[in-house]
Amino acid sequence: MTAMRNWNSQAEDKAARLTRAAPWSRGKHVLAEDTVALLEAILRPGDRVCLEGNNQKQADFLARSLAALDPEKIHDLHMVQSVLALPEHLDIFERGIASRLDFSFSGPQSLRLASLLAEGRITIGAIHTYLELFGRYFVDLTPRVSLVCAQYCDAAGNLYTGPNTEDTPTIVEATAFKRGIVIAQVNQQLETLPRVDIPADWVDFVIVSPAPHFIEPLFTRDPAQISEIQVLMAMMAIKGIYADYEVNRLNHGIGFDTAAIELLLPTFAAELGLKGKICRHWALNPHPALIPAIEAGFVDSVHSFGSELGMENYIRARPDIFFTGPDGGMRSNRALCQAAGHYACDMFIGSTLQIDLAGNSSTATLGRIAGFGGAPNMGADARGRRHASPAWLKAGREARAGRNLIPRGQKLVVQMVETFREHMQPAFVERLDAWELAESAGMELPPVMIYGEDVSHILTEEGIANLLLCRTDEEREQAIRGVAGYTAVGLGRDRLMVENLRDRGIIRRPEDLGIDKRMATRDLLAARSVKDLVRASGGLYDPPKRFRNW
Amino acid sequence: METLRFTYSGGLPVGNQAAATLVGVVGSGNLEILVERQSLAGACEVEVITAAIGFGTIWQSVLDDFFARHGLADIRISINDVGATPAVVSLRLDQAIASFLAGPQ
Amino acid sequence: MSSYYEASARERLQGVLDPASFEEIMPPGERVVSPHLRQLDTPAAFDDGIVVGFGLLSGHKVLVAAQEGGFMGGAVGEVHGAKLVGLLERARDEKPAAVLLLVESGGVRLHEANAGLIAVSEIMRAVLALRGAGVPVLVLDGGAFGCFGGMSIVAKLCDAVIISEEGRLGLSGPEVIETAGGVEEFDSRDRALVWRTVGGKHRYLLRDAMILVADRIPAFRQAAIDCLSLRPDLSLAALEAEHALLASRMERFGACKDAVDIWRHLGIADPAGLPLLEADEFIAATHDKRA
Repeated sequence: MTAMRNWNSQAEDKAARLTRAAPWSRGKHVLAEDTVALLEAILRPGDRVCLEGNNQKQADFLARSLAALDPEKIHDLHMVQSVLALPEHLDIFERGIASRLDFSFSGPQSLRLASLLAEGRITIGAIHTYLELFGRYFVDLTPRVSLVCAQYCDAAGNLYTGPNTEDTPTIVEATAFKRGIVIAQVNQQLETLPRVDIPADWVDFVIVSPAPHFIEPLFTRDPAQISEIQVLMAMMAIKGIYADYEVNRLNHGIGFDTAAIELLLPTFAAELGLKGKICRHWALNPHPALIPAIEAGFVDSVHSFGSELGMENYIRARPDIFFTGPDGGMRSNRALCQAAGHYACDMFIGSTLQIDLAGNSSTATLGRIAGFGGAPNMGADARGRRHASPAWLKAGREARAGRNLIPRGQKLVVQMVETFREHMQPAFVERLDAWELAESAGMELPPVMIYGEDVSHILTEEGIANLLLCRTDEEREQAIRGVAGYTAVGLGRDRLMVENLRDRGIIRRPEDLGIDKRMATRDLLAARSVKDLVRASGGLYDPPKRFRNW
Repeated sequence: METLRFTYSGGLPVGNQAAATLVGVVGSGNLEILVERQSLAGACEVEVITAAIGFGTIWQSVLDDFFARHGLADIRISINDVGATPAVVSLRLDQAIASFLAGPQ
Repeated sequence: MSSYYEASARERLQGVLDPASFEEIMPPGERVVSPHLRQLDTPAAFDDGIVVGFGLLSGHKVLVAAQEGGFMGGAVGEVHGAKLVGLLERARDEKPAAVLLLVESGGVRLHEANAGLIAVSEIMRAVLALRGAGVPVLVLDGGAFGCFGGMSIVAKLCDAVIISEEGRLGLSGPEVIETAGGVEEFDSRDRALVWRTVGGKHRYLLRDAMILVADRIPAFRQAAIDCLSLRPDLSLAALEAEHALLASRMERFGACKDAVDIWRHLGIADPAGLPLLEADEFIAATHDKRA
């Protein structure tokens, strides 16, 4: 007879760790100055640890504490986290406290990550999209210990994560229900929480940190920086795509291009009679640039991945629009909003750095490993989708017309980009930098943000290329060249083919859409400054200091 | 800085009300364009002084297309550029010509 | 384009002056450009970043200059300065109803070193001579680059400053103060702090600016028209009174750490709320409480 297997090893391991932590905790409460000692007691070398590096909020005190551990005692940790944002997130690798990493996005640390990789100080398991990584928390990347952040706790250890709930519920669920250990840093302990976002049962330790947790306003775009070219492109998007397909459920990738669209809704789109016909339901962070459209009555609902600094009071005053709790404050949820963006939206539109001749789109640049974040989840056809909508059906028909295929719908995935970026860098290239990056960083595949097969439209200052209507690779290539302007890719177009594509409506120029380029001025924007946004909100929007000029 | 010169012919004559016009600002990513009447035996001369070096081919294409849109005779176009993209250049050229042809406000 | 802040120098002039009344002196076609920038292989502007000329303001003849902040931050170089000095000297001959200076400048154009410094000092001398000849000189300040450095001294040598909330008036730029004094002394990225310290509303409350207007070109125009009737007192007594005022300002507010403390001292009910008020509400709340 074979030896009896122990089916309860995880619970026993957890109990052992909690015993070792006992000297530093009073129930669940641990003093800030005991955090390093607590971590040394809880952790073991080689543990899989999730550190809440979200897109916006960071468990910064816990990150600093982790970076202060003695690598003789705690080393070779396997970090799983959404975002590498703080220097401490990479310090732990430099110090040998951690050696392996699975993550999604590393914008602020992309340069340093690339160097560490080149120096062999870090092994990357894989770079994921948010939803993929969250999924793996429940399959093969379950954390043993999770370090999260919340705004408040109460005496029992319940947590209030508030408007910036973000990834916390997903991380904590995966950890708590697999006998992992959850440690939370909070800004403050209260008698009573406004609402319970994470039940105390799921939390093992709470620490009141010396300072409130770090949080960045990443989704605020100053309308003063929107250019006339971006206004022109926004006009084309609204008239040539939003109106044409009746896009009512959507996600905007963050950027000035999409901010211009948001600010043109109450003006340009309203003049076209589109209120109530487009842009009603959003999977979107609470962009301040959306305020005028909300006030004008375009928007029915917004569900968010996270919150945005300065928008809290505005959101409280518009509960019919946002997802708010009984306490009146918003609750965001990245995992669920990503799922919504993938399956419940009919269109994604966003910008990118490079597009190749097949429409593959990448933000990869040499010397930086930035990852993906959530864009691929938004910007991909949702093959698992079954429910119909006019936009989805129309896109599906266009893609399948004349082909002997079973009918289905398709998501609109629009890439919106000026043909040249700053310093005259072309956005259209024959070969993406992603290939070179993959080689130099030892990646199995070139990192592509959005695959050409999923791209339905490419929109530049030159016009819109409808890739759904292309039937051959050559047509697709010329459609792309036809809107690539004066880049080498654009100048290399077959003029006759491009003219033909235009005749067939595959390429549409502003004139073809009935747009007079001279109307593309900043006067068309519903708000031209951050102050205008404050006015539009009736004084409810309170912008962070860096956006003020008053 | 690089100086580029281009000459075009076959443009349409300009009405009497057209007056020297300046549009744009010499700032990063931007340019200023001065359009003036000049007796050039029907030609259109363009001079570009640019801080972005090595983009002569693109300037040629942009100006070729511009002349095809608004080919005028006996005018001089002078540009001070600080790395404006072709999109911005084309936009400003169109604005400059519109303003030039409209005459003094 | 009704925002003064967003408009170019030329657009501001068109909007402030009577319609179609502006005539440019040394227009860009004359290509009076900076010789220094060419030597430095740096882009030059046809008008060296300043538009000068004459026009009508509510039917009255005025001479005007407008600095283009988008070109080198409106900084004063040799040619730029000479155009402005020439305009001021011409005004001494022509005695217009006023001279309007639409200022947007960081001060001396460092690229041109001494030529820029000399230019600014010549401007100062010309302004004083012009005022001495009885012509009011008015400053309009509302652009993104504000009015700093030598041009801020010029502004304070003039008869009146008309400023918007977005406008700024100060000697050293915020970044310079932070570099010299440290971020605890002055965090230049705390833009609310920057505007409390050198922005239009504070300048209005301290009486460094005579008039506060909303960020609209018609509002600047109207304020300039209202100032046409200014007949400043240039007597020694008036100068001594101004010195006394400045001395008393140090006494009254020298211990204040932040502009908000000054506003509280001035007896303003809700000092922290001042930055959030629109121009007309702000003036209603504070016009009788200025320093």
